[in-house]
Amino acid sequence: MASTMRSQRKIWAVVAVLAVLGLLAPHTNAFVILLITRALVLAILAMSLDILLGFTGLASLGQAAYLGVGAYLTAILGTKFQFGLGWSFLPVILLGILAGGATAALFGLVAVRAAGVYFLMITLALGQCVWGLAYRWNSMTGGDNGINLPGRPALAIDLADDVTYFYVVFVLFVASLLLLHVLVKSPFGRSLEGIRERELRMRILGYNTWLHKYLAFIIAGAFGGLAGVLWAHANGHVSPEDVVLTTSVDALLMVVLGGAGTLVGGALGAGVVVFLREYLSTLVPWWQYILGGVYVLTILYLPGGLMSISARSLLRAATSALGRAKNIDVH
Amino acid sequence: MIEHIVTTITRHSANPAGSMLMGCALAFGISLSAAEGARAEDLRVGFIAPMTGLFGQVGKDMVNGFEMYTEEVKGDFAGASVKFILEDDQAKPPVAVLKAEKLIRQDKVHILVGGLLASTGYALAPVSTRDKVVYIPSVSSADDMTQRESAKYPYVARTGWTSSQPSHPFGEWACEQGYKRIVAIGADYAFGYEVVGGFQKAFEDCGGKIIQKIWPPLGTIDFGPFIPTIKQDADAIFTVMVGPMSLQLPKQLAAAGNKKPVIGGGTSYDEFVLPSMGDDVVGHVSPLQYSAALDSPKNAAFVKKYREKHGKVPSYYSESNYTTAQWIHEAMKKTGGKWSGAEEFVRTMASIKVDAVRGPVSLDDMMNPIQNIYIKKVEKKKMFGYDKDELWNTVIKTYTNVDQFWKYGKDAFLKQPVYSRDYPPCKYCE
Repeated sequence: MASTMRSQRKIWAVVAVLAVLGLLAPHTNAFVILLITRALVLAILAMSLDILLGFTGLASLGQAAYLGVGAYLTAILGTKFQFGLGWSFLPVILLGILAGGATAALFGLVAVRAAGVYFLMITLALGQCVWGLAYRWNSMTGGDNGINLPGRPALAIDLADDVTYFYVVFVLFVASLLLLHVLVKSPFGRSLEGIRERELRMRILGYNTWLHKYLAFIIAGAFGGLAGVLWAHANGHVSPEDVVLTTSVDALLMVVLGGAGTLVGGALGAGVVVFLREYLSTLVPWWQYILGGVYVLTILYLPGGLMSISARSLLRAATSALGRAKNIDVH
Repeated sequence: MIEHIVTTITRHSANPAGSMLMGCALAFGISLSAAEGARAEDLRVGFIAPMTGLFGQVGKDMVNGFEMYTEEVKGDFAGASVKFILEDDQAKPPVAVLKAEKLIRQDKVHILVGGLLASTGYALAPVSTRDKVVYIPSVSSADDMTQRESAKYPYVARTGWTSSQPSHPFGEWACEQGYKRIVAIGADYAFGYEVVGGFQKAFEDCGGKIIQKIWPPLGTIDFGPFIPTIKQDADAIFTVMVGPMSLQLPKQLAAAGNKKPVIGGGTSYDEFVLPSMGDDVVGHVSPLQYSAALDSPKNAAFVKKYREKHGKVPSYYSESNYTTAQWIHEAMKKTGGKWSGAEEFVRTMASIKVDAVRGPVSLDDMMNPIQNIYIKKVEKKKMFGYDKDELWNTVIKTYTNVDQFWKYGKDAFLKQPVYSRDYPPCKYCE
C-alpha cells in the first residue's frame, strides 16, 4: 500500500514537472527552446535505452544506430522524394518507428544471444556498421557532408516555428514516456526485470528469456527510430557525426547519470547533459571538466543516479535537520 | 527582453506555483538579456572554428588570423566597433549548426564567419538562409556551396576557396612538366574527391592520364597497405592529405624507396604542417591561393608580424581569416560603418576588390573568390631575414585571377556533376 502511495506521488511529481516545462518553455529565449527540444528528443533515446539497460540489464553501446536510421530515413525521404513535408509527416513518423524496430529486429538476432561485455561489443560493432553506411554510401547519404533537410513539415500548422515544433516533440515525448511506463509496469516488463535480476531462474520458471530480451531490443530500437525522425527536423541537418559512437555513449551516460531503471531518469540525464554541454560550452571553455566532474561524482556518490536523490532522501535530510532543531529547542 | 521576462513572471505569480516558475524563469532569463546591451553601431561577428579535438590547432590558426586584423585596426571597422564572439564547433557539423543558432539567436550576430571542414560549411549555409544572416566560409571549401547549390544560399559570400580551384591550373602545370601518367592518392571524403577531381579533369584535358585512384580513409596514419599498390609505371604521384596524414605519407613514401616525383593538393604541404615535416618533402610541388613564402612586401610584413606574435609562420588558415576581416572592414567603409542588412552587405562585399596578403581578390557572381593560384615547390632555404634554413613553399609559377570555373566557363562547368569518388570516371584505370 505504501509503495503504491509512493509511486503515485512520483507520478504526480513527474506530471507537475512536465506541466511546468510545457508552460514555461515558450517563454525562454529562441536558443534555449532549441536546447529543450533537443534534450527532449535525446530523452526519448535515453528512455529507449533504459528499457535495455535499466530494466533488462543489457548495456548497449549501439543505440545511436536507431537514431541514425530514423534520421536518415526522414532526410532521404524528404530530399529525394519530397515525402514527409506535409501531412505525410505522420506516416514518416510511423516509418521511422518501424525502421528503427526492423533494424533492431535484424541486429537483435546477432546481439541478443550474448550478454555482458560481449553484448556491449556486439552492439558497438553493429552501431559502427550503421555509421559506416552513413559515411560511405555517398549517393544515398551524402557521405561526410550529410544531408540538409528542405525544411520542417507544414501540416495544418507550420512546424518551422520552433515553439510549435517544441510542442510536437513534447507531445511525442510524453506519449513515449506513458507507453514505456505502461510497458515496464506490465507483466512483460516485470519479466524483463526478472531477467535482469537472475536470468537462469526465469528460464527455469519456464520463461522464454531470449524472446523477452529480443522483444525488448526491438521496442528500444523502435523508440530510437522515433527519436531519429524528430532529431532530423530539430537540426535540419543529418550527419554521420550524429550516428557516431559518441552518441551511443552519451545515451548510456544519460541513463546512468539520471538513474537506470527509472525511465524518467534517462530524460533527466538527457536534460542535464544537453544543458551542461551545449549551454555551458558557450559560457566557459573548460566545460568538459565540469561535465566530467558531474559524471564522476554521480557515479561515486549517487550510484543510483540523480533520481536516487528522491523525495525520501530529501525528507530524511529534512527530518534529521528538524530533529536537531528540536533538540536545540529542548535545551 | 527584460520586460518580456518581467511580464512572464508577473503573469505566473498569480497562481500558487508562481514562486517556483519565477525561479525557473530567472534561471533561463538571466543570460537571455546579454545581447541587449549591444549598441546600434556595433558589428557583431560570430566566429565558428574547432578549438578542441583533432583540429583544435588549425582552429587556433584561423582565430589568430582574424584577431590579428581586428587588433591592427583596434576593433574599429569604419566607426563600428567589432564584437568578436568565438564558438567551438569541435569540427563536427551538428555542433556547428547548434553553435551558429546560438550566435544568431542569443548574441544576435550580423555575420557568421568560419567553419573549417567542407562538411561544416555545407551544414552552416542553410542556417544562414533560414535565419537570414550573412555567412562567410573563410576556409570551408565545399565546391557546390558556391556552384550548383549557390542559389539556395543568398547570404553566403566566400572568402576562402573551392576545393577544386587550385587543382585546375595545377593539372595544366602537370602537363607542362611532361607528366603523362599519374597515380592519385586522396583522403576518402568530399574534399579529397573535389581536389582530385579538379586535377584529373584539367590534367586529362591536356593529354595526361590518371591511371589509378587510391582512397585511404580520413585520418589514416599507416599507409603500409596502400603504398605497395601504387602502379610502378606512373610518372608521378598526386596526393591529397589533411592534418596528420600530410606528415606521414611523404615519410613513408621515402622509406619505401619511392623515386617518383610527388606532387599534391595544397593541404598536403600547407604551412600548418610544413614546419613539422622532414627534408624528404623537399622538391614536392603543390598549388594553393597562398604561400607564406610569397615574395611581396605585404606578405613579408604579415609573416614577420604573425611570427613574432604567435611563434610560427602563418598558414593559409590564418591568412584567409585575416583577409576575411579586412574584407568585412572594406565593406563597412562603403556604408560608413552602418550595418546595411544581410542582403546589401553581401552585395557590397561582391563589389569590392580587396588588396589582400595573398594578392588581389574579388568575388565572382556566385560568390567565390577570383584569385591568384600559386604553384609552390618545397625548398629548404632562408627567407625574410630569418637566420635558419627552413622549409618554405617557394612560388615557382603564378596563375593570375583564377576563378572556380577555370577555362571551362561557368555554364559548361556547371553542367557536369560535382566532383566525387566516381566523377570524373577513371577512364585509364585498369
